[in-house]
Amino acid sequence: MIILEDVHYTYDGIYTALQGISLQVDDGERLAVIGANGAGKTTMIKHMNGLLRPQEGRVILDGQDTKFMSVAEIAREVGLVFQNPDHQLFLDSVKKEVEFGLRNIGFTENEAEQRRQKTLASLGLEGLAERSPFTLSGGERKRVALASVLSTEPRFLALDEPTIGQDAHQKNRLAQMLAEMNKRGRTVVVVTHDIEFVIENFPRTVAMAEGQIIADGSTNMVLSNDEVIERCSLAPPQMTLAARAIRNVFPEVGQRLTLLSELEETIMGILGGA
Amino acid sequence: MALIEFADFSFKYLGADSLALKRIKLIIDEGEYVVLTGPSGCGKTTFCRAINALVPQFHRGYVAGNVYTDGKNTRENEVATFASVAGLVFQNPENQLVTLDVEKEIAFGPENLGVAPAEIRRRVEELIELLDLEELREKHPHEMSGGEQQRVAIAATLALKPKVLVADEPTSNLDPKSAETILEIFAHLNKRGMAVVLVEHRLDLVARDASRIILMNKGRIVADGNPREILAMDLCEEIGVGVPKATQVYKRLRTRGVDLRNVPLTGVELAELVQEATSQ
Repeated sequence: MIILEDVHYTYDGIYTALQGISLQVDDGERLAVIGANGAGKTTMIKHMNGLLRPQEGRVILDGQDTKFMSVAEIAREVGLVFQNPDHQLFLDSVKKEVEFGLRNIGFTENEAEQRRQKTLASLGLEGLAERSPFTLSGGERKRVALASVLSTEPRFLALDEPTIGQDAHQKNRLAQMLAEMNKRGRTVVVVTHDIEFVIENFPRTVAMAEGQIIADGSTNMVLSNDEVIERCSLAPPQMTLAARAIRNVFPEVGQRLTLLSELEETIMGILGGA
Repeated sequence: MALIEFADFSFKYLGADSLALKRIKLIIDEGEYVVLTGPSGCGKTTFCRAINALVPQFHRGYVAGNVYTDGKNTRENEVATFASVAGLVFQNPENQLVTLDVEKEIAFGPENLGVAPAEIRRRVEELIELLDLEELREKHPHEMSGGEQQRVAIAATLALKPKVLVADEPTSNLDPKSAETILEIFAHLNKRGMAVVLVEHRLDLVARDASRIILMNKGRIVADGNPREILAMDLCEEIGVGVPKATQVYKRLRTRGVDLRNVPLTGVELAELVQEATSQ
């Protein structure tokens, strides 16, 4: 369990990024963090793995104040994937990049190789093991960065904008991999602007604005709040817009529609009755 | 005259084992708004780089065929020649900004090309107004949000008066509202006559602005046409293109025997088509 208790953080003593964040993430949760650029999302998840330390408040990992833990100790439990893969990748082959982390936390050469192969295959990177990450496309580099952390399967996964540059297939693959790890008990926290990815995969959503949490609850509840959508600089999901437009003409259609299949059935109902 | 012509062009990066672009043949004319999409790693970025000669002159490798941008062969003219024809905008604006303030950033390119100071001043003022940068005049780029930085990067690119704006996933690091602002700017520029080539995965956001969608897969062009026609194809799902949600609903209805009159690209269009179908 990760608990943030009234965490404050100011960059260079000038730019206040977090102003009193309190949040509890239980084991086995799937949690999405949304918010406009500059809301403090990245600063917050960097506190989860000890890359940043609170200037006020506490971060408690499994009952232990992280003030007394080294970054290495925390990182063993909490794996963070950065938004920009170029801040993370540094070796000259995909294979080395992924095996580095595995060897580092004590896997044997054999185990590291097996895990690397399995992870690369799950993320559609199997043919690229010998390539230098810097010759890959942006979307592929992003997946290599994901692979280097996901392969170690830490108990807590913190992913900053994991869907950037990913096509629909890759997004589904990633969602499936995260769901499998979650079933095995891993906790998954993502920071994202991808509202469809949130709706489809994350039951709980935390919304941030100006360094504070402005909403925390079920994804359905948080994302149906227009004020949250506005303050997080999100666009309402296309399905919600379609449902609203349909409701304007067919008021008998219910208030809450988000999923594609629900809209499909509603339209079948309308047309079947026509 | 074609603005951009790929004449049976192929390219393989040094050290890569397969071609990044395979026998690309196509023409892009003035005034078009082309959205280029396809699975991750399919060659979209290489395509953009080939338009302004970065491929093959900066990124080297095996080349066959030719690309002509504004009538000039990209293998035979210096990269600088193309800077004032095809303006590139990238995903990370911070990698693109070089100076410490907005005015200098916009003036930087034309200064390097030796444009007269009075003309530079005129362009700077025009672009500050066009891209709504007035409030950013005194700001350091590192104090700006990602969306603000991207607007400055676009202004700096436009200062060279390119004929085509080539943007490689320019909004993927931005929140949806900032992304929308950038896309509105592109649509506006296109209406004023500038050609746009935009690489984008999130077709929900851009399909309605585009005059043409080009689908790439494994280095080849696999479909090329108007957005509604392309997005209605099952090929999109097969290769992993993110079809707009409203279009997905349309396709699901189609498999159940419901044929709406047109292919919707947005939720509102879908609702209108459903209404139309009930009133017949």
